[in-house]
Amino acid sequence: MIELSLRHAFADLELDVGFRSDARVLALFGPSGAGKTSVLNAIAGLLAPRQGRIAIDGTVLLDSARGVRVPTARRRIGYVFQDGRLFPHLNVRGNLLYGAPRRGRAAGEFAAIVDLLGLGALLARRPHHLSGGERQRVAIGRALLAEPRALLLDEPLSGLHAEARAQVLAHLGRLKRELGVFTLLVTHHADEVGALADEVVRLADGHVVRQLPVAEFLAERAAATADGPPPPRAAL
Amino acid sequence: MALLAADEWQALALSLRVAVLAVAGAAPFALALAWLLSRKRFRGRMLLEALLFLPLILPPVVTGYALLALLGRHAPLGELLGRFGIVVAFRWTGAVVAAAVMGFPLLVLSVRQAFDHVDRRLEAAAETLGAGAWRRFATITLPLSARGIAAGAVLAFARAFGEFGATISFVSNIPGETRTLPIAIYELLNVPGGMPGVRRLALVSLVVAFAASAAATRLAGGAARRRGRED
Repeated sequence: MIELSLRHAFADLELDVGFRSDARVLALFGPSGAGKTSVLNAIAGLLAPRQGRIAIDGTVLLDSARGVRVPTARRRIGYVFQDGRLFPHLNVRGNLLYGAPRRGRAAGEFAAIVDLLGLGALLARRPHHLSGGERQRVAIGRALLAEPRALLLDEPLSGLHAEARAQVLAHLGRLKRELGVFTLLVTHHADEVGALADEVVRLADGHVVRQLPVAEFLAERAAATADGPPPPRAAL
Repeated sequence: MALLAADEWQALALSLRVAVLAVAGAAPFALALAWLLSRKRFRGRMLLEALLFLPLILPPVVTGYALLALLGRHAPLGELLGRFGIVVAFRWTGAVVAAAVMGFPLLVLSVRQAFDHVDRRLEAAAETLGAGAWRRFATITLPLSARGIAAGAVLAFARAFGEFGATISFVSNIPGETRTLPIAIYELLNVPGGMPGVRRLALVSLVVAFAASAAATRLAGGAARRRGRED
């Protein structure tokens, strides 16, 4: 379960967001500039909001009123960045194991994640020898092997061609079924929401517009499409 | 006929030893200062940068005099170190200190540039994976700056190898102790019949300088190519 409230002023955006959810996969849906990535950065600890409280499954990561701010390195948040951010000087194996705790059982988990994401043939390769889809799968595996309490996916399919997109989406679906890690998915594509999310928080201009179950979200989208011209992909 | 006379070999060996130890001794401080200048904003930063450039701008003889005023046997710091048995003035170790001071700005500038070029987002990614500040530095920042650091080390080595003014002011010209290659050349220039020796040592200097320059160019070129590929 996630409980989040944030207030922060950027030069071009006043962020004032609050929600709580028990969903296994929660989508943050909204157009570019709505503040979605800032919410993820605050959860990961890469952004220190002016005010806020963030708790995941009862563990408080941030509580500005009480002066609590768990350092990023100790938050155990698996963050899959939009651009992958694989370490260019390490091969796939080195990237995958970077955040893995040094325990005996890590070996079994490593094999399971490599299998789940289909990375077996790529382990010795450097990131610049991977396709876009392969890079994202490695980034997802790297985040998962750090044993996160939550997985943050920031537009994980953007910049991928149709085939790679379908492939990564299929892998994310498997992860959801088999691992059960709480996941926060940032996207402005409704089809990704439909494929992965249980619940949706719609953001616009730094504020929560609505929070609704995915079935309702998809029904609204379908009705809007049937009633008039299809909305642009990024529209709310 | 031997390539070099015994005292000329001695001067060459001393210069190589001094230059290598100067770079090795300066490296940890240079890495720390370069990281500070690349990653942190703090009061007095401009003053620190101005101080850093001083050995590049001051006449080397003045830097040597400053070292003597600071580390000489009767200078405050020199006297303090002397109580612990550490004496550097007029010793070959003093030549290492002088060479380190002269090469330090070049090393810091190169390393800082290399640190500046490391993608900070990769360090943030490492942080989300549980890496603390030291681990991020050792496993991300340092390896991704390796070529730039190596290029800086070669430049500092070359500067230290050719050091003359600060060295002769600080540790004088003592055969077998502080007579480095440039000082040996200077000595030979001032004695009758010294020209053949000057030519031999000048040729040796040329070879070392050329090797260092080629290494620095190769390393810096490699770093630029790597950056281009990562962009």
